[in-house]
Amino acid sequence: MVALENTDTAGMTTGMTIDVQAVSHSFELHGAPLPVLDGVELRVEPGELVALLGPSGCGKSTLLRLVAGLEPPSRGGILADGRPIDGPDPSRVVVFQDPTLYPWRTVRDNVALGLEARGLLRSQGHRIDKALALVGLTGFEKAYPHQLSGGMAQRAALARALVNDPRLLILDEPLGKLDSLTRLAMQSELVDLWRSSGFTGLLVTHDIEEALFMATRVIVFSGRPARIKADLSIDRPYPRHRGDPVLTELRHRILELLGLAETW
Amino acid sequence: MSVNDTAAALPAANGGALPIGGGLPSNLLLRFSAAALLWFAASGVTALWPDAADAQEWERTGEFASLLVVAAGLLVLAALLAAAIRPAPRSRLEAAIGSLSASVPWLIALALGVTGWEILTAKLNLLPRPFFVPPQALLEVYLDDWPRLLDCFAASLRLLVTGYAVGSILGVVTGVAIGWSRAVGYWVHPVLRLIGPLPATAWLPIAFFAFPTSWSASVFLIALASGVPVTVLTWSGVAGVNSAYYDIARTLGASPRFLVLKVAVPAAMPHVFVGLFMGLGASFAVLVVAEMLGVKSGVGWYLQWAQGWAAYGNMYAALLVMALLCSGLVTLLFRVRDRLLAWQKGMLKW
Ligand SMILES: Nc1ncnc2c1ncn2[C@@H]1O[C@H](COP(=O)(O)OP(=O)(O)O)[C@@H](O)[C@H]1O
Ligand SMILES: [Mg+2]
Repeated sequence: MVALENTDTAGMTTGMTIDVQAVSHSFELHGAPLPVLDGVELRVEPGELVALLGPSGCGKSTLLRLVAGLEPPSRGGILADGRPIDGPDPSRVVVFQDPTLYPWRTVRDNVALGLEARGLLRSQGHRIDKALALVGLTGFEKAYPHQLSGGMAQRAALARALVNDPRLLILDEPLGKLDSLTRLAMQSELVDLWRSSGFTGLLVTHDIEEALFMATRVIVFSGRPARIKADLSIDRPYPRHRGDPVLTELRHRILELLGLAETW
Repeated sequence: MSVNDTAAALPAANGGALPIGGGLPSNLLLRFSAAALLWFAASGVTALWPDAADAQEWERTGEFASLLVVAAGLLVLAALLAAAIRPAPRSRLEAAIGSLSASVPWLIALALGVTGWEILTAKLNLLPRPFFVPPQALLEVYLDDWPRLLDCFAASLRLLVTGYAVGSILGVVTGVAIGWSRAVGYWVHPVLRLIGPLPATAWLPIAFFAFPTSWSASVFLIALASGVPVTVLTWSGVAGVNSAYYDIARTLGASPRFLVLKVAVPAAMPHVFVGLFMGLGASFAVLVVAEMLGVKSGVGWYLQWAQGWAAYGNMYAALLVMALLCSGLVTLLFRVRDRLLAWQKGMLKW
């Protein structure tokens, strides 16, 4: 997975600019509106890797779904490179907490999904093997999802996203269900991937260390309805060290913002 | 794991591809010999014990006894092969013998059953006649009436396959449409709820009157009987598809057509096959009733005809043909499913 010198799968893409403009969103729950996002204002520059932190259930996944174009916001608008988002697009790809591989497809056919859906399988099929190599799944092309470990399945889901050469990679707690050793390894791998490819990244995580280890910026949300509480720049070079005292200091601040400082 | 793999994992002294009985070849030889002996005994009872004096003498007794001898002879051959191939390299023959050896208890039980049947009917005449006939009466039917039975078998198969194919295809299409489109669901769901639980045979009088031929009426009834479960299960399969599957495909640029054909349908496949299985069972029931009441051909008609003439030998012979037809089609369906759903774990083996 670390053979990143020849990463023509993702190439050096130009990352996407995302402009979240005064977005509010609410769901209908038992006939009453449930406000989930409240006036979220956020600009993500090309090539940034922005981590979103906040209490569980505050609306982080909802924001990601809106950016992906899977749902329209109740109020406000989101621009991708200055154009309003009005639906999903393969330039903005999501990786969920569950790998959600199609169990009836082999690993290879799962990774091929995006190319197949857009009729590019013939012309671009060679990218599949590169994407699989990139995530270290060479040799598992013919395996079915139920034959994979959790980490391998999530790598396959990552390959399924990367093969489309996304300009925005939306990661919704992608490592949340992995064991801690696999999670640490994949954090480094994701950072390497992002650094070598140049896409813009939006990462929801519930793990403060993960956010600090990976992201260029950390956005801290309030409880539901989510409002932006803080926007912290993590100005540390890569590869980062988990014991970096600057990160430790930031971790303390974030815990404070989340109202958990006394546990530290 | 194939029989060969099992064998390869065993120490050489254990010998042979023996899934059962600890695998000693002498043991295997003994088992095959015991089975062969019992089949010889069945043959001897049939041929040498005179039929009961107070009843008719049965035709084809000699042929039936010969058939039993052939079965016994094949078992002797198997026993000899089992003894001989032990030092030889593992082969397909060995695998075949190995799997046959697993059936030895069944072969023994069958020989005992045939002997008992023979004694109770032809030899002692203990069972009421004409309802009970000895096994050679069935053989007689197959030897003398096979052209008609074959015709009936072909007619049944044609009718069943036509009706079932129409029903399944319409069922899958309707089920996907209801599961996918709110508008279609709005109109079709109430109809399905009203009509679905009604047994297809309830339409029989109307169908035979409304359709130009009893054959087309029967196709309609079989299609209806198989179509309803296929529709309902396809629909529930499509409705139950994990919505994240659609989200994934949509963000990757999938068209609605792709979402239906490449996401909804394959995801619903396990349900669809349950529906196909239930529909097949329902179509058997309708087939027999339709052939008994309307169509002038097929195994159902033959059963009815045989009963009318009190030809119980013919009836049992036809029943056996019917059982083979139904069982064969179910087996075929399961084979197809095993191929298409190989990605599932823990599938029920038929
Ligand atoms: N489709 C939906 N319908 C109704 N309520 C929803 C829906 N999706 C999410 N919610 C609610 O919105 C809130 C925010 O959810 P989510 O964005 O998933 O939070 P998280 O920050 O943990 O990712 C939760 O209270 C959840 O119950
Ligand atoms: Mg979430």
